[in-house]
Amino acid sequence: MTDNLTLKAGRFVSVLPHCRLLNMSVDHAEGSTVIMRLPYSAALIGNPENGVIAGGSITTLMDTACGTAAFVGLPGNELCPTLDLRVDYFKSAQPGKDLVAKAEIVRITNSVVFTRAEVYQEDGNEQDVVATCAGNFMRIGKQIDGSPV
Amino acid sequence: MTTESRIDFRELISNARLNGEYEKIVGAIPYAQLIGMQLFDMGHQPTFLMPKNDLNIGNPILPAIHGGVVGGFMETSAALHLLMTMETLTVPKIIDFSLDYLRAGRHTDTYASCQVWRQGNRVANVAINAWQTDPAQPIATARAHFLLVQ
Repeated sequence: MTDNLTLKAGRFVSVLPHCRLLNMSVDHAEGSTVIMRLPYSAALIGNPENGVIAGGSITTLMDTACGTAAFVGLPGNELCPTLDLRVDYFKSAQPGKDLVAKAEIVRITNSVVFTRAEVYQEDGNEQDVVATCAGNFMRIGKQIDGSPV
Repeated sequence: MTTESRIDFRELISNARLNGEYEKIVGAIPYAQLIGMQLFDMGHQPTFLMPKNDLNIGNPILPAIHGGVVGGFMETSAALHLLMTMETLTVPKIIDFSLDYLRAGRHTDTYASCQVWRQGNRVANVAINAWQTDPAQPIATARAHFLLVQ
């Protein structure tokens, strides 16, 4: 059975048009951690010479995963825009394989939610880490529908 | 990927340098096509355009462009800028990327241009600005390092 936080995260992501375009989905959400998946698609290729997907689609996966972690980690439906992202690409993602992001909240303050994420590809039981990211989100005191928190 | 498509892409870049058909390089990158990227101007420096597109929305209530798409647009602009201004025929490999969001990316046309601050033998440092109505009021600013693989 899917728990409430995974449902909350899934609902949040399902209304974002660009995430639907990329077929992004929530595998699991628990506490202040979210696991999201981006399936491989030829439409995401950034290097036509070798089929490696564009860093930009990994950035979108990480921004979404970190933002969703902030959303599920805060009570209610508080919406926090991204303040900044810092991404390190360790290696090229292998063509043909899903990318999985595991994002978590590091700290919540009155103004900012600090998050981290790791993006990996599954190789049997091993996780082959492709990129990591630090993302900070502003608490602007508004709910997802624009009303005050 | 087949050897054939590799030759095609390199040929495309060589041809673009000869005849100025730089928009064909943008057209050969599937991710650039997905987000609707175009080469806007190849004047004194390349300017890229990402036209208003419902499928790039991340916040349907505002509505605003997905922050990840703004990032993807800027990263791809930087890689293309290097490809168009350097001698290499291979897509530069991104090492890291730091992106500051300054304003919400409204549901309208977005532009990006880049500045190469330093290009060594192996690494290039590129600054990228993205704006919508006024270049002096960027919606996001970023910098990236690229590995220049030969």
